[in-house]
Amino acid sequence: MSIEKNLDKLQLSRRTVLKAGAAGMAAGAAPMIIPSTAHAHMNEPTGSSVTLGFNVPQSGPYADEGADELRAYELAVEHLNGGGDGGMMGTFSSKALQGDGILGRKVEYVTGDTQTKPDAARASARSMIEKDGAVMITGGSSSGVAVAVQALCQEAGIIFMAGLTHSNDTTGKDKKANGFRHFFNSYMSGAALAPILAANYGTDRTAYHLTADYNWGYTTEEAVRTSTEAIGWKTAAAVKTPLSQTDFSSYIAPVQASGADVLVLNHYGANMVNSLTSAVQFGLRNAQANGKNFEIVVPLYSRLMAKGAGENVKGIFGSTNWHWSLSDEGSKAFVKSFGTKYGFPPSQAAHTCYVQTLLYADACQRAGSHNPCAVAEALEGFEFDGLGNGPTLYRAEDHQCFKDVLVVKGKENPDNEFDLLEIVEVTPAAQVTYDASIFGGDLGTCNAG
Amino acid sequence: MELSAILLQVLNGLDKGSAYALIALGLTLIFGTLGVVNFAHGALFMIGAFCSVTLQRLLSISTVTLDETKTDFLGNPAKITTPYVETWFGPEVGSAIIDWSVPLAILFAIPIMLFIGFAMERGLIKHFYKRPHADQILVTFGLAIVLQEVIKYFFGANQIPAPAPDAFIGSFDFGELIGMGAGTLMYPYWRIVYFLFALIIIAAVFCFLQFTTFGMVVRAGMADRETVGLLGINIDKRFTIMFGIAAAVAGLAGVMYTPINPPNYTIGMDFLVISFVVVVVGGMGSLGGAVLAGFILGILESFASMRQVIELIPGINQVVIYLAAIVILLARPRGLLGRKGVMES
Repeated sequence: MSIEKNLDKLQLSRRTVLKAGAAGMAAGAAPMIIPSTAHAHMNEPTGSSVTLGFNVPQSGPYADEGADELRAYELAVEHLNGGGDGGMMGTFSSKALQGDGILGRKVEYVTGDTQTKPDAARASARSMIEKDGAVMITGGSSSGVAVAVQALCQEAGIIFMAGLTHSNDTTGKDKKANGFRHFFNSYMSGAALAPILAANYGTDRTAYHLTADYNWGYTTEEAVRTSTEAIGWKTAAAVKTPLSQTDFSSYIAPVQASGADVLVLNHYGANMVNSLTSAVQFGLRNAQANGKNFEIVVPLYSRLMAKGAGENVKGIFGSTNWHWSLSDEGSKAFVKSFGTKYGFPPSQAAHTCYVQTLLYADACQRAGSHNPCAVAEALEGFEFDGLGNGPTLYRAEDHQCFKDVLVVKGKENPDNEFDLLEIVEVTPAAQVTYDASIFGGDLGTCNAG
Repeated sequence: MELSAILLQVLNGLDKGSAYALIALGLTLIFGTLGVVNFAHGALFMIGAFCSVTLQRLLSISTVTLDETKTDFLGNPAKITTPYVETWFGPEVGSAIIDWSVPLAILFAIPIMLFIGFAMERGLIKHFYKRPHADQILVTFGLAIVLQEVIKYFFGANQIPAPAPDAFIGSFDFGELIGMGAGTLMYPYWRIVYFLFALIIIAAVFCFLQFTTFGMVVRAGMADRETVGLLGINIDKRFTIMFGIAAAVAGLAGVMYTPINPPNYTIGMDFLVISFVVVVVGGMGSLGGAVLAGFILGILESFASMRQVIELIPGINQVVIYLAAIVILLARPRGLLGRKGVMES
C-alpha cells in the first residue's frame, strides 16, 4: 500500500515537474507572438473555416493598387469556396483544389492596411495573426513592406505570400523560409529588357539613370545598368532622386546636355508618373542626341499608375509581370471573372495576389495541412502552369517564381482606357533565370510557430 | 559647368519658386490679416488642382453608343463615347474646349475657391482666432487631412492627368533668343506660362492691396487691427474676404500646376511644408518676403539637384531648403523682410 501510495505521489510529482518544465521551456522560448501550445502549428484551424490575412495598402498613395489587390483576393476566396465561374482554378495545372475551401474548410478572410509603411504593415499583420487567427498573410505593394512583413511572418510561424514587390532583396538578401514571391524582380526586368533595347535602339547607346533613393531603386538601377552594359551600352551618370520629389524638372533638364541618348527612370508610382511627365515636357521623347533619337525607358511598368502619365507613356519600353491582354487560357479566364465582377480588367498586382492565394491553397491541399513547414515543402520546387505566366517554377533555393517576363511598350493608339500597354516580347523564363546565390541571404529554416 | 546648364536651373528655380511663392503669399495674407497659421492651405492648392480635373471630366461627359464592329476587353461590343460639347458645338470646337480645359478651369475655380475660403473662415477658422497658434495648427492640419480624404474618396489615390492645351506642348528656345545658339536652352512652354501666370497673380494681389481703398483698410488692419476697429470699420468682414482671396490664389496655383505634374490627393501636402519654410524665411507676415523667399528657395533647390553638386556634397538635394532656412534665420532671425513685433511676444 505504502509503496503504491509513494509511487502515486512520485508519478504526480513527476507529472507536475514535467508540466512545470514544459511551461518553463515554453515561456523561455516564447517568441514575440505566442502560439497556442495545444496546436501543431501557429493558428492551426480547428473549426469549419480557415482565415487568411490580406494585408494591402488601403490608405496612402498606393491605395488604388491595394484596392485592386483586395478585389483579386475576394475573387480568389469566392472561387476557392466554389463560387463564381472558378476563374483560373479551371486552368491551373494542379487539380488539388475542389472548390470546397481549403482542406474542406470554408475560406474566410480579414484585411489589414499596410499604408505602404513597414511599421504599419507589421502592426496590421501582427493584429491579423494574433487577434484574427490568420493562418497566412499575403499582399502589399512595396518591397519595404514585403521585407518587413516577411520577417514578421517568419518569426511568428506563418506563411507569407508576397504581393507586388519587385526588389531583388525580397527573395535575395532578405529571403526567409516562410516567405514566397510570385512577382518578378529587378534582375529579371533588366535581363528581359536588355535584348529588346539592343534590338530597337542598338548597342551603341549611353544611358542616364534617375533612381528613386531607396532600396527598390538601387536594385533596379543595378539590374538595368548591368544588363545594358553587357550589351555594350555606356552609363553617363546615375542620379539618386528623393522619394518625396514631385517636380523632377531640375533632374530632367540637364539630361540632354549630358551626352546621354537614353534616359532610364528607375521610379515607381507617383515618382514614375512625375518624372516621365517632366521628361516628355522637356521634349526628350522627340529630341536627338549623338545623332540618334533620344529614348526613355521605364524598367517597371504599372498599368494602374501609367494611367496617371496619360499620353506620355506612348512608345516607351518597360517590363511587367502580367498584362490583361495576354491570350493564354489562364489569363483569359481570370480577366473574364474579374472583369465580369468589377467592370474593368485586373492589374498585375491583382493578378499576382490572386495567383498567390490559389498557390497557397493548392499547397495546403497537396500537403494535407496548413503547417507552414508542410506548405513550404509543397511549394518548394513546385512546377505549375495555367495561371497566366506559362510554365512556372517556385524555386526551392530562394522561394522565387521563375516564369516568362513581359516586355511592354506604351501603346500609340489605344482602343480603350485600359489599353495603355502593348506586349512587345514574352521573354522566356530561361533567359531571366539566375543563380540563387548571387544576391546572398539565407533562407534559414521554416518556422511553424 | 556650362552657362546654359546654369541658366536652365535658374529657369527651373523660378518655375518651382512660382508655386512656392503663390502658396506662401496666400499663407502670409491669412497670417497677416487674421493671425491664423493655416495648415489647410496646401489642401486649398490641391482642391484648385482638382477643379481642373473636375472641369475636364464635366466637359467630357458623353453619350455612349455601342459599336458592334469593335469589342471591349471582355469581348462585348465596344462603347463609343461622344462628349456632349462635341455634339453641341461640333467636333472641332468641342474638342478644342476640352483641350483648353485647364485654362478654362481658372474661371471655374475662382468662385469655387472663394466660396470654400469664405466657408472655411466663417465655419471653422473664426472660432480659433483667439486660441493659441498650436490649436490653430492642429485644427487646420486636421481639416487638411479631411479634405484630402474627401478628394481621395471621389477621385481615387492615383494621379489623374490634366494636360495643357496642345498649343502649349513643346519648348521655347531661349538659346536662340539670347544669342547662345539654337537648341542650347530649351524650356517647356507651359512652365513659362506658369511662371508668367504667377507673376500676374502676385502683381494683382500687390496692386489690390496697394492701390484700392479696400486694400488700404486691410493693410491698416494688418498693422493695427484695434485702431482700425475703433474707427468704425468692420475689419472682420474685410479679413474674411482676404481669406477667400488667399484661398483663390492657392486654388489658381493648383489649377495651373496640373499640366506640370498630374495631381493626386497628396499634392497639397507635398507643397505645404516647403511653403511654411518659405513664409518663415521670407519673414512672418511679409508678402514681399514670401515671394522673394519662394523664388530664392526654388532656385537653390534646383541648383542642389544638379549632378555635379550632388557629387560634390552627397544628399544636398534632400536638405538644401532647410539648410538655407537655418542659415538665413541665424543671420536674420525675423526672416528676409520680416518686421519687428510679428509672431513675437
